[in-house]
Formats: sequence, structure tokens, C-alpha cells
Amino acid sequence: MNASSSALPSRWERFRDSYLFYSFKRDMVAQVSLVVFIALVAVAVLAPWLSPMNPYDLAQIDILASELPPFWVEGSDAQYLLGTDAQGRDMLSTILYGARVSLIIGFGAVALQALIGVCFGLLAGYLGGRIDAFLMRLADIQLSFSTLMVAIIVGALVKAIFGGETFSAYAVPLLVLIIGLAEWPQYARTVRASVLAEKNKEYVDAARVMGLRSKRIMFRHVLPNTLSPIFVISTVQIANAIISEAALSFLGLGMPETHPSLGSLIKSGFDYIQSGSWWITLIPGALLVVLVLSINLLGDWLRDVMNPRLYKG
Amino acid sequence: MALLEVTNLDVRFGLRQGEVRALRDVNFTLERGERLGIVGESGAGKSVAAFSLLNLIAKPGFIAGGSINFEGKTLNTMSERGLRKVRGNRISMIFQDPMMTLNPVLSIGEQMVECLKAHRRISGKEARAICLDKLRQVQIPSPETRLDQYPHELSGGMRQRVIIAIALLLDPDIIIADEPTTALDVTIQAEIMALLLELCEQHNVGLILITHDLGVVSQVTQRMLVMYAGRVIEQGPTREIINDPQHPYTQGLINALPQMATPGEKLNQIRGSMPSLSNLPSGCAFHPRCNFINRADGKPRPACTEQVPGFVESGNCRVACHMVAEMIEDRRLKEETS
Amino acid sequence: MTAPAEAKAAHPTPTQNEKSDDSLLQIRGLNKRFSLSGDFLEQLRFKGGKLVRHQEYVHAINGVDLDIKRGEALCVVGESGCGKSTVARMVMGLITPSEGEIRYAGERIDNLSSRQLLPYRKRMQMIFQNPYASLNPRMTIQQTLEEPLRLHHPDWDREKIEQKVEDVMRSVGIDPDWGKRFGHEFSGGQRQRIAIARALAVDPEFIVADEPISALDVSIQAQVLNLLMEAQQERNLTYLFITHDLAVVEHFGTRVAVMYLGTVCEIATTSTLFAKPRHPYTQALLSAIPRLEDDRPQHIRLSGEVPTPVNLPSGCVFHGRCPHANARCKQEIPVLQTQDDGTRVACHAVEEGRL
Repeated sequence: MNASSSALPSRWERFRDSYLFYSFKRDMVAQVSLVVFIALVAVAVLAPWLSPMNPYDLAQIDILASELPPFWVEGSDAQYLLGTDAQGRDMLSTILYGARVSLIIGFGAVALQALIGVCFGLLAGYLGGRIDAFLMRLADIQLSFSTLMVAIIVGALVKAIFGGETFSAYAVPLLVLIIGLAEWPQYARTVRASVLAEKNKEYVDAARVMGLRSKRIMFRHVLPNTLSPIFVISTVQIANAIISEAALSFLGLGMPETHPSLGSLIKSGFDYIQSGSWWITLIPGALLVVLVLSINLLGDWLRDVMNPRLYKG
Repeated sequence: MALLEVTNLDVRFGLRQGEVRALRDVNFTLERGERLGIVGESGAGKSVAAFSLLNLIAKPGFIAGGSINFEGKTLNTMSERGLRKVRGNRISMIFQDPMMTLNPVLSIGEQMVECLKAHRRISGKEARAICLDKLRQVQIPSPETRLDQYPHELSGGMRQRVIIAIALLLDPDIIIADEPTTALDVTIQAEIMALLLELCEQHNVGLILITHDLGVVSQVTQRMLVMYAGRVIEQGPTREIINDPQHPYTQGLINALPQMATPGEKLNQIRGSMPSLSNLPSGCAFHPRCNFINRADGKPRPACTEQVPGFVESGNCRVACHMVAEMIEDRRLKEETS
Repeated sequence: MTAPAEAKAAHPTPTQNEKSDDSLLQIRGLNKRFSLSGDFLEQLRFKGGKLVRHQEYVHAINGVDLDIKRGEALCVVGESGCGKSTVARMVMGLITPSEGEIRYAGERIDNLSSRQLLPYRKRMQMIFQNPYASLNPRMTIQQTLEEPLRLHHPDWDREKIEQKVEDVMRSVGIDPDWGKRFGHEFSGGQRQRIAIARALAVDPEFIVADEPISALDVSIQAQVLNLLMEAQQERNLTYLFITHDLAVVEHFGTRVAVMYLGTVCEIATTSTLFAKPRHPYTQALLSAIPRLEDDRPQHIRLSGEVPTPVNLPSGCVFHGRCPHANARCKQEIPVLQTQDDGTRVACHAVEEGRL
């Protein structure tokens, strides 16, 4: 690692030589997880072009074709690869659209969590004192409400004030808001802990001696050095947010069935398991498990790689 | 036969950039009661040498060749079980950070008794008596109360004394001390070093002292090795090397000390820095920093950049340097012609 | 502890007045306590059935007076925990003093806001101990060096800043082509050069160096020390040099202040201090340097350990370990007194001629 030896490496060369890339190359689980995850995201993003029909378009739905099984079961229709649900919607299309909704809510909620959590954690950790005490107590209070409680309260309020119609129409942003608000303390705590470790390092003192303002030191010097734990926690949080959304939808507090996410699909099929139409619940359920598992496995790998105690440098 | 004999020790690390040779061609012996210093800067391989003596190198490192003979037994091929009988018992180690050896949740007494009982069959009462005796030997005030204290209740100097007491617990033949005083203050360092020296002499214990501090080495040891980039470049009696260093690196190291320069004048620095082991210069690893690669006629000596220097005998010392070899050869030729 | 310090601050002794003309930095009656007791709720204790507020402090600095003259290198030596780094950090405004004042070129700087301090930031800079921690790992060398220039010279254009960065990199022996690299790509010695370049970039006149070479290897220490000395000659710098290494002090310092447990026990010119150490602690410290020449360490053995700065010993802070301590030392705090040769020593034994 002596600087005098060779020419300046480009960004790509830096990445190629990095420990991150090296350990990725050696980790089969991480590679498979990444491929699965990217495939699922791609399919979800391209849902409008990939899926055989539009499940939101009532005109395309044939109620007579309801509860058809998937292709490998007797009595299936070749037109519907994974069968149809109780309303006669094509399962494949509905699942693709559902995954899309789930991922949008998952990423959106985590972005909101990260925004609030990182700002609060940075302020609390760097400024300390009363601001720290106030923000961290706020986080404690927030954590003592479960996601479910927040969802019930917000959902009830919105429904009471604007009516159920409005709630259904704005379900996606509302769910992003609910899950985002409920889980920001995770970020705030992680960021605060690593800010506390970073702010005692000499480069922060050097920046202070230089005369830089606190705001610049926080965002230009401290924040970039707390990115590794933020990355790691983000993977876990995305998986959690997707599960939270599924749980809320399953309980009827989330996405309406006309605009289903994976969670509400599972719920809508749940009533038909007894009548033998297992695919309406199990196929979206399996997809949810695969999605969350791939994200969690990636997160595990990231945590191992970025753990400063295992890898220094 | 010497108590400890190291021949052609070769230690490598399997890293993702490829295999790195952390130590090569290391040869030395240690007699009973002798004190040997291993000197070098960070990255020279001196700690690797210390750890490999007891086969304590952690993965990805491994001993690739050579042998370590202790009383006729080869340590590097010995089973883990056989090694355990040697470690701590016949050869003990002192680390730079006392907390590496001391367990923070056990009292000093518990740790010492545990260590004793692992190697000897004695009653708790006897073990405690031995512990007290050892703590007295390292001049710890009120040793009875110290036995029941925890490591964090002691100061840095006291901890290092406890470590020395633990190292002496089983009356070893050799103590390996890896930078034992680097983390301590000057006055405490002087006391600990004096204590270590005194105890080694009293009990006729061999000492291998690993340090970057030439002053400490010159005060404590009888023979020394100077290491650079994984090789020994000069070895011999400490006094002779300190007073008349042969290798340009040893000369540079000694001359760079502030006490060797007139106050206010520039220090005699060595240019550049230690190369990384994964990217060693060709030939003599020191040649890019060396001021003496030119021959007497002003032209650079090709051997320095092309050939790894072998050892030449110079007085009682062994030096790995082409320049020294040439000088000795010249002298011999002159003597022959005259 | 504070009483004599305050008295001195109010009535400076004549010697201090004489010196104040050419002194760049004056420290008077400096005190620093760090609370160990946490916030208000954690301080409450039950004692004798009553709720009382219980506070514990680390007395890091106890009445320090120092003058740093223009163009000199004042070395502050002492062992870990003696408060030498705390003094350096207070001078740079990284910590606020509990009591006392710090004057820079005659102006008080210890009570200024960070905005008011800004013009002083250009005149005084700091070099840190650990070159592995003092460079922001996410910034390139170029960015690191440009930052202070952009802040202190908002009127400079891009070209001028880049030119200055190049100059300052050359002056510390770093190839300007390496600017696009990150700190971790350099060796310890090169990083410390970059840290020095960052301090020199704004052309300061005063530099606080907090153990700048103790994390480096022997051969690199000499390089960095030479660089600091060159910079001093070329730029007429004044140094406050914090170190535990007396061998470096002997070589580098103009004057030396020896600190023990938050107090200064001896100040002298370097040559006087090494030729004739007065304070018993200085004598012990000097005898403990491992020298190449002698075979056998003949150092003065101090009994005991450094007491904790939480419960300071009464009287002279050194009396518990001092071989010359008597009853007076246990009660009365010694003050710095000027000797014939200008050395200032805080020791009753020296004052009474016992030593």
C-alpha cells in the first residue's frame, strides 16, 4: 500500500482491488442472494411490461375464470401460468405488481427512516448534551410504540378525518410514512453510536482547529465515516419494512385488495386455503420469503465485511 | 548444544494478494541464561518471529520451513498437546498490552492459580503460596491484597509486574518479551526493565526481548539481531553492534537517534520508509534507502539491486550487506598482497 | 490549589512582566476539571437520609503558568496523565479552561466564540499524535489540504489554491501528483507529513504539536523532526511541542517545561535542564532515559505510582514519591521560583537548599 509505487488507480480499479469486492467474489451465498435480489427487483420494476395482464384494470378481469390452479395442477388454464385468484385476476401479474408495491413501500419507508434517523443521530452524537438527551428520549418513546400501534393510530385518524376512500387512494405514501416514522430510532441509535466513536478521532479535532463550522464538520467529515454501519443496517431495515408492510396488509391495515401488495395477496388468499385454493396464499408467500431472505443474507455478508473488528484498513 | 536453536525459519502469510513472506532465513541460538534482543521497526517481522517460536502464529500465517529446536525437541512440528507443555511452562511470553494476557473478569489470584494448576498437580494452598512468592519477587507492594484484585484495579506498571510474575510462575527457561514496556511511561519503563533484568539474572532465565528501542536493547541484552523487511540483517554481541554497527541500516538507525546529533542541528535521517512485505525491492531490500550502494569508484554496485546479500562474518558479528562484504574482501586482498 | 494560582494571575511577578514583551502566548492560572459524575440526575446521592448533590472531578490541570516566546520551541514533557495534552488542547480552543486565561499576542482567546476565533485559527495550527487518525479517511489529500485554504481565503480562485497546495506539498516532501490519493494509501511518516502540510497551508506563525512523532518508527521520527525544524527556520515558527520523550526535547527544544500531575514543576532552557536538573522529578525523569552508552541502567527509582488526579495529594503533588519530601512538602503547595540562572523550580527542597 505504498503510494509511491504505481500510477493513480481509477475508481473502478479501486473497487476491483477493494476488500468488499474480494470477499464478494469468494462468497457464494452473497453472490446468489445478490442475483436473486436483483432479479426480483428487475421483475418488479418491469411488471407493467412483463405481466400478461393488468390486475388493476377491471375490464381485463374475467370473474368466471376465478380460482384456477397453476399450470402444473390439473384443471389449469394455459393462459394463467400461476392460476387466478378469487376475483379472477391472473396470479402471475398480480404477484409481479404486488412485489412492486411491496418494494416501493420497503425502500420508501427506509429512505424516510434513514433521513430522520441519520439527521437526529448525527445531531445527538455530535452536539451531545441536552440535544442528545432530548432526541434520544424521543427515540425511546418512539420505540415504545410498535409499528402496529403507529399504523392503527395513523390509519384510524386518516380514515376518521378523510374517509376510507382517501386512505385507499393514498395507501402507499401513508404506509411509507407509518413504517418510516415507526422505525427511525434504529438509524438514530446506530448513527449516534458511530458518531460518538468518530468525533473523538483526531481528524475531527483537526477540522475544528481549522475553524470549520459544526454543520460542515458533521456532514462533510463525520457523516461519510459513519456510512458503513448505515449500509449494514439499511439491508436489515428494508427486509423489516417489507415484512412490516406485509403484516399490516395482512391485518387489513395496509394495502387494499384492489391494489394488492404481497401482504394483502397473502391475506386475500387466506380465506380460500380451506377450499383448496392454496396457491393464492402460498405463491406470494414464498416470493416474500425469498425476497426477505435474499436481502437478509446480503445484509449478513455486508456486516461481516464491514465489521471494523474483523477487517481493518 | 544451545537451549534454543532457530535455523532457517521461514514464515509466510497467505493473503489475497498472494503469499507474503513475513520472515525468511532467520537463524539464531539462545544459551541458558542468555539475553537476546530483536530490534526492528514496525513491519520488520520481529513480532512474527516471537510468535512463531511457540507456533502461535494465527491464520493466515504459517511456518513454511526451517526448524525451532528447544532442548533437542523441534517445536514447529510438535503436536498442539506437546506445545502446551512447553508454552507457559518452559517458555513464557510477555506481551506489550497486559490486557492481552490478563482476563478482565478473573482476579489476579484466580488467574495465577489457574495457570499453575494447568501445569502442575498442587493444592490450592500451595499454589497461592507460590503466587504470593512470585508477586513479592516482582516487588508488588502488599501482594496479599493484590491477589484478590481485578486487572482493571491496577495501574499499567502494576499490571506489567503481574504479567512478569505470571511469566515467572512456572520457573521457565526462556521468557519472550514482546515490547514489554512500550505502553508505559519512561520512569515506569526503566523500573520494569531493571526488574526484568534482575530476575533473569537471579534465576538464570533466558530472555528474548523484542523492541524498537535501541536504548533498552543496549542496556538489557548481551546479543542482538537487527531485522529489516522480514530478514535479519545484522546479528552479534550487543555492545559491538551498538558501538560499531556494520550494516548501513543499523548505522542509520543508531545515528537517527536525537542523542547522536548536536542539539539544534539536523538529525541524520534515513530517507524513505520500510517497504511493504508484499512489494519488496529487488536485491537487498534496503537498497532504495541506502547511501552506500556506490562502490569506492563512485559507480553503483550492481549486486545491491540484483542479489539478496548473504551473511559475512565481521569480527564477532554477522552482517548481510554487499558493501561490507566488499570491504572485507578488499581488506583480505590487501593483507594478502602485503 | 486554586488560591495561589489566582493570586499570581492578579499580580504577575516582575519576571513575567519583563518577558511578556516578546512572548507570543501567555497562559496564566490555568485550571481544568473534568466532571466524572455525569448529568444532574446521576449526581444525586442519598447521604444520611438526605438527597445531596455529589460531584467528582478529575483535576487535569491545576494552576499552570507558561510563556511562549516568539520564535522558540517550548517543549512540555511529562508522563501520561500529567495534563500536557490538555494544555495543548486548551491553547487551541478544543477544550475550554475551567479557570485562568490564555492570551495570544496580548489578546485573550480562551473565552472567544468559534466565529471570533476564526482569525486566530489562521495564525495558530496544530499537529496531532496519530497520523492514522488525523486524516479524514474519506477525503483525498488534495481535498484535505484545500479545505483550510478555501475557508481562510474565500477570495482566492481555484488556480491560486491549487498552486498553494502544490507548494505546501512540495515543502513537506510529498509529490503533488499524489493529491488524488486517500490517506490510507500512505505510510505513517508520509501521513504525518501531510498532516504537517495541512497545518502549514494557512501560513501560521504558531504551531502546537501534540506528540507528533511518538506514533512513528525511529528512522521516520528523525525525518519528521527534521521537517519540523526546517519549517521553523524557513517560516520563523513558534512551537509548543508536547512530548514524553526527553531525548527529543534535548535535541529540539529551546526551553523545557516539566509537568507532573497537572502542575509545572520546572521550566528551564534545554541546556540548563539537561546539565543541571533541579526538581527531584526532573532528575528521575532524566535518569530514566535509556541511553546507548551505558551498559547498566543507573536510574533513580521512584517509590510508588502516580496518584490519581481525582483526589490530589495535599501539598506538593510529588511528595508521595519524592525521596526528599519532608513535613512541609506534605502541607504546602510549592510555587515556581526563579533561580540564579533563570530556571524556575517549584520545590521546597530546592528553595531550602536541601537539594
